[in-house]
Amino acid sequence: MRLGFVVERLLQLVPVLLGVSLVVFLMITLTPGDPVEIMLGNERATPEQAESLRREMGLDLPPHERFVKFVRNALTGNFGRSFFHRRPVAEVIAERLPATMELTIVSMLIALALSIPLGVLAAVKRGSILDRIATVASLIGVSMPGFWLGIMLILLFAVHLGWMPVSGRVDFSHEVPRITGMILLDSLIQGRVDTFLDALHHIIMPAVTLGLAMAALLMRVTRASMIEVLQQDYILFAEAKGLGRARLLMRHALKNALIPTVTVAALETGYLLGGNTIVETVFGWPGLARVIVEGIFSRDYPLVQAGVLVIAVIYVSVNFLADVLYTLLNPRVKL
Amino acid sequence: MSTPALGAANEAGQESILVINLRKFRRDRFAVVSAVTVVIFILMAVFAPLVTPHDPYDTDLLRRLQPPVWREGGEWSYPLGCDALGRDLLSRIIYGARISIFIGVAVVLLATVVGTLAGLAAGFLGGIVDAVISRIVDTLLGFPYLIFAIGLMGMMGPGLENIILALVYKEWTISCRVIRGETLAARELEYVEAARAVGASKAHIMTREILPNVLSPLIVVATTRMATIIILEASLSFLGLGVQPPLASWGSMVSDGRAFLLEAWWVSTFPGIAIFLLVVSINVASQGLRDAFDPRLR
Amino acid sequence: MTASAAPVEPLLSIRDLEAHFQTQVGLVKAVDGVDIDIFPGECAGVVGESGSGKSVTFLSVLGLVRPPGWIAGGSIRFDGRELTALTRRELRRVRGKEIAMTFQDALTSLNPALTVGSQILEVLREHTPADGARPAEAQALEMLSLVGIPEPAIRMRQYPHEFSGGMRQRIMIAIALACRPKLLIADEPTSALDVTIQAQVLDLLMALRHRLGMTVVLITHDLGLVAEYCTRVIVMYAGQVVEQGPTRSVIDDPAHPYTRGLIGSIPRLSRLGEKIRPIEGQVPELVRLADECRFRARCPVAEARCGARIPMSDLGGGREARCVRPGGRR
Repeated sequence: MRLGFVVERLLQLVPVLLGVSLVVFLMITLTPGDPVEIMLGNERATPEQAESLRREMGLDLPPHERFVKFVRNALTGNFGRSFFHRRPVAEVIAERLPATMELTIVSMLIALALSIPLGVLAAVKRGSILDRIATVASLIGVSMPGFWLGIMLILLFAVHLGWMPVSGRVDFSHEVPRITGMILLDSLIQGRVDTFLDALHHIIMPAVTLGLAMAALLMRVTRASMIEVLQQDYILFAEAKGLGRARLLMRHALKNALIPTVTVAALETGYLLGGNTIVETVFGWPGLARVIVEGIFSRDYPLVQAGVLVIAVIYVSVNFLADVLYTLLNPRVKL
Repeated sequence: MSTPALGAANEAGQESILVINLRKFRRDRFAVVSAVTVVIFILMAVFAPLVTPHDPYDTDLLRRLQPPVWREGGEWSYPLGCDALGRDLLSRIIYGARISIFIGVAVVLLATVVGTLAGLAAGFLGGIVDAVISRIVDTLLGFPYLIFAIGLMGMMGPGLENIILALVYKEWTISCRVIRGETLAARELEYVEAARAVGASKAHIMTREILPNVLSPLIVVATTRMATIIILEASLSFLGLGVQPPLASWGSMVSDGRAFLLEAWWVSTFPGIAIFLLVVSINVASQGLRDAFDPRLR
Repeated sequence: MTASAAPVEPLLSIRDLEAHFQTQVGLVKAVDGVDIDIFPGECAGVVGESGSGKSVTFLSVLGLVRPPGWIAGGSIRFDGRELTALTRRELRRVRGKEIAMTFQDALTSLNPALTVGSQILEVLREHTPADGARPAEAQALEMLSLVGIPEPAIRMRQYPHEFSGGMRQRIMIAIALACRPKLLIADEPTSALDVTIQAQVLDLLMALRHRLGMTVVLITHDLGLVAEYCTRVIVMYAGQVVEQGPTRSVIDDPAHPYTRGLIGSIPRLSRLGEKIRPIEGQVPELVRLADECRFRARCPVAEARCGARIPMSDLGGGREARCVRPGGRR
């Protein structure tokens, strides 16, 4: 029964992934101009070289065959060669993706850590000064453009106060051998506390910049759902049982109130992934999102295509996982 | 629980819903202040050539990175200081409002029209039409917004029309989903059934019976989205994928200032404040609209 | 229990209770000067329409009136203690342990995200922390089988939605009675159930009352249930008690026109051949009430004297009514 549900959802994933691939494919295909010429650019290339590149990229095939080839290649991780980096695109992505993932995960953790306690407090003390402050803060949070917030943080905490590094993931002196590519994780695995702390120091500002708007949004969601839950009969009944305030809130209310929060958090992962382009640019974070932006300026189409596809697939997968987990963990959903 | 029976008097039965809603909105002081701020921004944008002290494109290298008026070296005729090419920041910010608001309005309008048509078609016609439209929407939802827009901008190249197109390509899915849902709900309502029973055409039912009733949620969604679009446009411009120089966009102005953060913080700071002010005002005003228009969301 | 000459100390004694709600249309006095005594061992029925203040009165006893409502005055004495004077912590020790309360809809009253077992265990652990985990488990199992849940050890691990409506109501009763409270307040315990299940649940409740030596307050809008299960009846209307007394004599000879109307509107209680008449009109708005009988606008026998504040009059035999001419007598 449960396995059937997972398989069914997996099958629903197929058309979405195909659609996503098609859109990415079309992005390149519909680009005006001859990609080969654009890529060769100023370099003097013989017609033979151009022709071989054309064949290599499959541009000599009719469109539908090109799409099939594109999907087949994508499935095997063959995204062609990056024109700018002069090596396989898959390699560039494998190198840069962990930094983006690390930043996204830490931002999400910061967003959850800020929004849940604040949202719960605001709901419990509804109408109080604290509630109003939280509401105003969340309004400010969702209205602040991330790139500007990042620059202001750099200006204040890095330039003026000198508390924080301006950019990068870790100091050269602290570099550790790569295992997962996520420095926070790698340094922990290898027991390098100094590296871990240094990496943490580096990630705080970018992660806060990226996570703040998310925190603001999730706080609103948590507050609203908590208010709703607190009015439910089961809270009254639990109170009539003589349970203490903490138990009432943590066990009875929060467990139900967090369902919408987690759902929205999963849905808005896309916001974090997209926001990475900004934050990685502002903080010189060597991640995949920045590579995509750079790829556009260097007209590195295979890299842009693969990067956009990989991020879209990650996003779709996160939503799929959240959906499956939600259904399996929620006792109320009957399968 | 027994709640006391409160027969709320319904004196307002005669007035149109719109008037009642607007009156409710007027009572929300923050929302009114914010709405006024938004209007000021709009007026500023429309009458930019009349209200700016200087030509925003006029470079004057003698005034390179001139500080704002309250700092040493500042002067009243350049109240917010100048950028690296000696252009008046205030004038550029006022002209930047044109870009932001124009793109915001254009994207939301276009996307709402497209999304509404698609949503009505999907919700009301159902079947294969619904399947195709829903599939397209699902696919587009698979992309993080900014990544999608960046990809499109990369392909289409920078420029005002391309920004609008890149954002509309994804934005329409939002109103489409809202309208589709509302339409599915409205289909079941009695007056729609009645219209169908007396043989009204599908087109008639869609435009005359359903559309007026989904207008309220549409207005609420559209205003909220405006704020998001303005931030997205600024983000694209910040990355260099938006409108091109010399056009003044808030996002690119912040980006320009990054190189001089140490000597001239104001170049990045003030355009950012402008974005923030406009977006906060739109958000508060649309929250007020939402409270007034849509009792379900309160 | 019939009212006897020997004064019995009430278990619960409510005096001059006022519970108010601040609403957009004004201050609502949902409970306005209520006096109720509940005697040890009895099963008292509290009847009234929704909005009569019957639920709010007993929520007040447990200090569970939620904002925008609050207890505006009065005294609630339980087992020798003044509940309104207790601190929050002290009151918590009364809730669930000495006075328990169940609500109308067990589906919404049980937490959907927690297993039934954990919901019964937590009340046991809350009030008997010293016993440790093992005895609480045993008590929970015993309680569940006491209310007639088959295979309680398996059922403990299930969630509320996996039970039928009647079973859920039994579980709620098991949770309420887990700590063997002296007083159980059952608020509309069967309104959400099918008629056939209703009787089962109420019979169970009465069996448990005898077995555990509990006092029960049955809050309901159904005078028929009260007639069947309660020794004494308290009739509430628009935030006030309008009549109380031994069930038999109140039903045979109702003193207040509202009680008469209630009886007349219930097929089981009206005499054969008599027409069933619903009470005309509606419960008055509880805002800006004038000093007059609250039933006046709907009363078939209202007269000029009803335009003043009506006190409760003692009719003898443990009976009281808030009417200028109780029972239609002059």
